[in-house]
Amino acid sequence: MTQPKTLYEKIWDAHVVHQEKDGPAILYIDRHLIHEVTSPQAFSGLKNRGLKVRRPDLTTATEDHSIPTTDRSLPIEDEAARFQLQTLAENCKAYGVPLYDVASGYQGIVHVIGPELGLTQPGITLVCGDSHTSTHGAFGALAFGIGTSEVELVLATQCLLQTRSKTMEIRVEGTLPQWVTAKDVILYIISKIGVGGATGHVIEYTGSAIRSLTMEGRMTLCNMSIEAGARAGMVAPDEATFEYLKGRQFAPKGADFEKACEVWRQLKTDDGAVYDQQIVLQASDIEPMVTYGTHPGMALKISQLIPKMEDLHTPAEKIELENALDYMGLKSGLPIQGTPIDVVFIGSCTNSRIEDLRLAASVLKNHKVSQHVKALVVPGSAVIKKQAESEGLADIFKNSGCEWREPGCSMCIAMNGDIVASGKACASTSNRNFKGRQGKGSRTFLVSPIMAAAAAITGKLVDIRNWENE
Amino acid sequence: MMEPFKSFESTCFPFFKDDIDTDQIIPARFLKGTTKTGLGKKLFYDWRYDEQGNIRPDSFFDSSLYANSQILVSGHNFGCGSSREHAPWSLKDFGFRAIIAVSFADIFYNNALKNFLLPISLPEPVVKSLIQHVEDDPAYKVAIDMEAQEVKLSGEGVFSFDINAFRKKCLVEGLDDIAYVLSYLPQIETFEQATGKS
Repeated sequence: MTQPKTLYEKIWDAHVVHQEKDGPAILYIDRHLIHEVTSPQAFSGLKNRGLKVRRPDLTTATEDHSIPTTDRSLPIEDEAARFQLQTLAENCKAYGVPLYDVASGYQGIVHVIGPELGLTQPGITLVCGDSHTSTHGAFGALAFGIGTSEVELVLATQCLLQTRSKTMEIRVEGTLPQWVTAKDVILYIISKIGVGGATGHVIEYTGSAIRSLTMEGRMTLCNMSIEAGARAGMVAPDEATFEYLKGRQFAPKGADFEKACEVWRQLKTDDGAVYDQQIVLQASDIEPMVTYGTHPGMALKISQLIPKMEDLHTPAEKIELENALDYMGLKSGLPIQGTPIDVVFIGSCTNSRIEDLRLAASVLKNHKVSQHVKALVVPGSAVIKKQAESEGLADIFKNSGCEWREPGCSMCIAMNGDIVASGKACASTSNRNFKGRQGKGSRTFLVSPIMAAAAAITGKLVDIRNWENE
Repeated sequence: MMEPFKSFESTCFPFFKDDIDTDQIIPARFLKGTTKTGLGKKLFYDWRYDEQGNIRPDSFFDSSLYANSQILVSGHNFGCGSSREHAPWSLKDFGFRAIIAVSFADIFYNNALKNFLLPISLPEPVVKSLIQHVEDDPAYKVAIDMEAQEVKLSGEGVFSFDINAFRKKCLVEGLDDIAYVLSYLPQIETFEQATGKS
């Protein structure tokens, strides 16, 4: 009888090539995703050493961070962005790495296209030079973000030096109330455990509420694991996972697929396995959520009041709240509902998938975006864009007054020209509300796609459960 | 292979401040580049250059007093902020080989080691007396003994510092992560064959 193992431990153990005594393990990487921002120095390092990309067949590139979301037939105005994209294309060509660029028809946010192409599969190790790589854990993969030196290391060796993480189970039991999405679940979790709550840990999300989430929902959940400080987040694969993968370009086909499913069904935490930490939450306690401060842990239920100084215990917390409210232009003790919104952003690796767009469109249908609001809808990939257009979602967005853009990271990181102006408030489906994240002086309120859509119509933060009755 | 990290002796650059963050080390606007080289010019940019992009006459980073210093001396929590590797890249490109500080931010500490920039943490009173010596005499030299994990401060004594055994091996043998992992290439190939990944 072997020792019972957690899902993380099973995947970790299956990928250790060598364990250095009192040192890190050499961990094998099954899939390496790259993009234009964190790869150029890695490629030049490789070139200086006279090395090749060891496994270009396990490496996949796309363009997302600095690419404009406006008319793709026009040249890119920002010289630095243009050069970064050109460098990526040249490197991919020189080293034989497949590049899903605009011309391919599959370009998109790296964490959207990986699953979409069927590259993200249960039980694999997957890395990318981007902290939101945790997204891919939704498939029961071990997936995490790495720095540029590590990108170079993986290109050169297909391995990483890693020390084993601790494990944390976050169990959400029960049925999620109507209008509560995966985004609300993860914002609720981070508000409970804090932005450093999972530092040093890999989270496994379990429980009936997690099981009931679609693959899109699980990706949203795992995506923001990093915002709780976790190395990675994961959900054990099940029939929903296999159903999603079936027929995708890089997924196994026919009898091979059935065989793969048999193996994947073993990828779950054994009875009796022990996590280093366990947290149990009730789905019925979760409401539509919104952030009010300058990190994702500063989140509230939409019906709640902004915290008061006397609600806080330590001087450091009080200073943090004071600084955050000052930056956000909010007052403590007042309702967060009704806060005026200038910009709405529906997109990012957190919430730009077809399901997110369907949900947002279902709210926006037969409504107009408030005339004071600039609303941007940025699909996560070219494939999603096409699908949304064929389903009539794009027409709903355009008819309501939203801008329907080309795929990319866009206003989430504001590197490509899509920015929120200083002092403006943005209801955003993205993942970070740090000071200046969406542009110098920008004020970000993180919400779900349906909450963002309702904010676009009313021009303020509203409760998606009753906004039409007001 | 990297150049093995040898013991050395150097004058020091005194920069005794707490919480020097990566945005001060190299501002975010210099991250759209595609190379690691030349970043030394952007190091501590806003401390060194005027609005026209000329080196300020009062820039102490460019003062001839410390022109060849290979050791930067600083306070608590050096390198806090983002995970950008541009921070150690720019410090190395500028000519620093080691940083002596009271404490370091976690990510910066690891990024520095990966880039063969040696972060040495010493107790605050020791760092303060070092600063005093350097300010009294810019020619004051400090010896770093890598094998013994010691810093020799003349007139003060010998102080040992901590470093992870694996990381020390990498530095001393000139094994960067890539050289180290490549030394296990046969095992990697065996692993690929055994797991059907080849």
